[in-house]
Amino acid sequence: MSTLLLIEQVLNGLQFGVMLFLMAAGLTLIFGVMGLINLAHGSLYMIGAFAAAAVAGWTGSFVLALMASLMAAALFGALIELTVIRRLYARDHLDQVLATFALILIFSEATRWTFGSFPLFLDTPDWLSGTVMLPGGIQYSLYRLAIIIIGLIVAAGLFLLISKTRVGMRIRAGENDREMIGALGVDISVLYTMVFALGAALAGLSGALVGAIQSVEVGMGEPVLILAFVVIVIGGIGSIKGALAGAILVGLTDTLGRTVLPVVFSTFMEASAATSVGSALASMLIYILMAGVLIFKPTGLFGSA
Amino acid sequence: MIAERHLNAIILAILVVIPAYAVIADEPFTITLATKAVILALAGVGLNFALGQGGLVSFGHAAYFGIGGYAMGILASHAQSYTPLMEVPFVIEGTNSMPVIWLVAVISGGLLALLIGALSLRTQGVYFIMVTLAFGQMLYYFAISWPAYGGEDGLSIYVRNQFPGLNTLVPIQFFGLCFAILLIVLFIVNRLNKSPFGLALMGAHQNEERAKTVGIDVYKMRLVAFAISGAITALAGALFADLNRFVSPVMFDWHTSGQIMVFIILGGVARLFGPIVGASLYILLEHFLGGVSEYWQIYLGAILFFMVLFAKGGIIGRLSKKEQTHGG
Repeated sequence: MSTLLLIEQVLNGLQFGVMLFLMAAGLTLIFGVMGLINLAHGSLYMIGAFAAAAVAGWTGSFVLALMASLMAAALFGALIELTVIRRLYARDHLDQVLATFALILIFSEATRWTFGSFPLFLDTPDWLSGTVMLPGGIQYSLYRLAIIIIGLIVAAGLFLLISKTRVGMRIRAGENDREMIGALGVDISVLYTMVFALGAALAGLSGALVGAIQSVEVGMGEPVLILAFVVIVIGGIGSIKGALAGAILVGLTDTLGRTVLPVVFSTFMEASAATSVGSALASMLIYILMAGVLIFKPTGLFGSA
Repeated sequence: MIAERHLNAIILAILVVIPAYAVIADEPFTITLATKAVILALAGVGLNFALGQGGLVSFGHAAYFGIGGYAMGILASHAQSYTPLMEVPFVIEGTNSMPVIWLVAVISGGLLALLIGALSLRTQGVYFIMVTLAFGQMLYYFAISWPAYGGEDGLSIYVRNQFPGLNTLVPIQFFGLCFAILLIVLFIVNRLNKSPFGLALMGAHQNEERAKTVGIDVYKMRLVAFAISGAITALAGALFADLNRFVSPVMFDWHTSGQIMVFIILGGVARLFGPIVGASLYILLEHFLGGVSEYWQIYLGAILFFMVLFAKGGIIGRLSKKEQTHGG
């Protein structure tokens, strides 16, 4: 295998990891601050993608489509937080899992009802299509490069928001002691709605960005949701830093595993068997990684308690 | 408001009367629906032992359901094509004998649960939910990408497997077989719940610190319970595969895990008969709402949602007289 191909796959892994981070960051914030496990996070991802596809269809503008994905997901997020989710904070995790599972059923079917079962297509805009020449003579998709950059900018923004601003201070305080910051006069229910909407917006953005590479369809959020769980387990629940590290690790492991493993197996097996064994093993690789982390550090790489 | 014991008797009676009526009225489809309810209930009974009694919220029981299904699919497909399962170091032939398949399903389900449980039980709470979910998905993707047994398309088995003395292709006979297994498993689980092991399991669920203080090895005990739970659900998976004469990776899908959990919630967590009521209700909803609207899962979602928010204790909790005391 050539070095060029390998570098390209590393970039693809990075792109995948950055998108996973957008999902995982929201999940881990929501869990850290409100103690809620939110399965419907994948639905917010899907809503973002559908909103982007619809707006891109009407206006033809990709930038407007991205804005729409942020707004629609944040709006939906705030809406379900105010009507439904806040009843779940005091419940045990089993109730949270089932209630948000019910939300997935409702959202998925409602989306199917509105948009039909056929996938929608969200095209990458002209000014982001084609390839770009990277140093070292590597041809790489401009759009994927843009995703990596957008993802990293959002990640940096999120770190600044949480470490430098007043809202971020409240979020961190909320993670440490919910009751105390309520007693100190912070309007905790507004904070909850904000955190939930923020997480939802990140998921929606990620759905829209990925939707332009893959197709926009019902159920697209679920595989990503489960991968985001793996990311959180690896990184440690409640830790944004852990979510970033875990996401990049999972993105790279998965992408490189799918490329490298069949090649590795073909050195000592016949080609067809190597491909099937390699790809079957590659699909399990991130879970094996998760198992490894669990053996050595059950609370995740950056987890505390 | 009636005693839970009487309620349970009524539930069993209904489960017998409906297929019996269907035989007289010659409605084989109704029998198939009842059989499906019984098998899914069995899967729920398995999860309920870990979740209700042990407080282990596993969101990955599709793994055991699926492995049971594939135990049947793999053995029966080899019997169907007259090819041995493996030749080195010794020859293993496929089989179409149900008891053998059940045994293989139970053992492989138990071993898989032992392996996944050993890793997952190192974590607690939300971690445990996510980790079991992730391991379930791992098997799902493995089943999809492993081409030897159908991959994404699944495996069809043309003839239902055999049970000595019965013609399993007659719907009511297969129903009877599944129902008998459900009764036997219920009996065993009920004994387990009331045994020192089951009581200690419930004790650790309610107060782990205290259970540890009195000298119970909580990790080991939960691991054993988790393996039993996985073995029961795997048995249900093998029966489900035989009902459909088809296995596919969908059995491993996390929606399946969610469904099994839904049975328990609809019926009532930690109630012996909870999964039976839940699975039957689910089948009824699927059948009737599915006839009303293509988008019936919206209604299912809404019902589930209101059950979680406003009807703690499920249907059995609503109907039966006193609050569930621990263990029973």
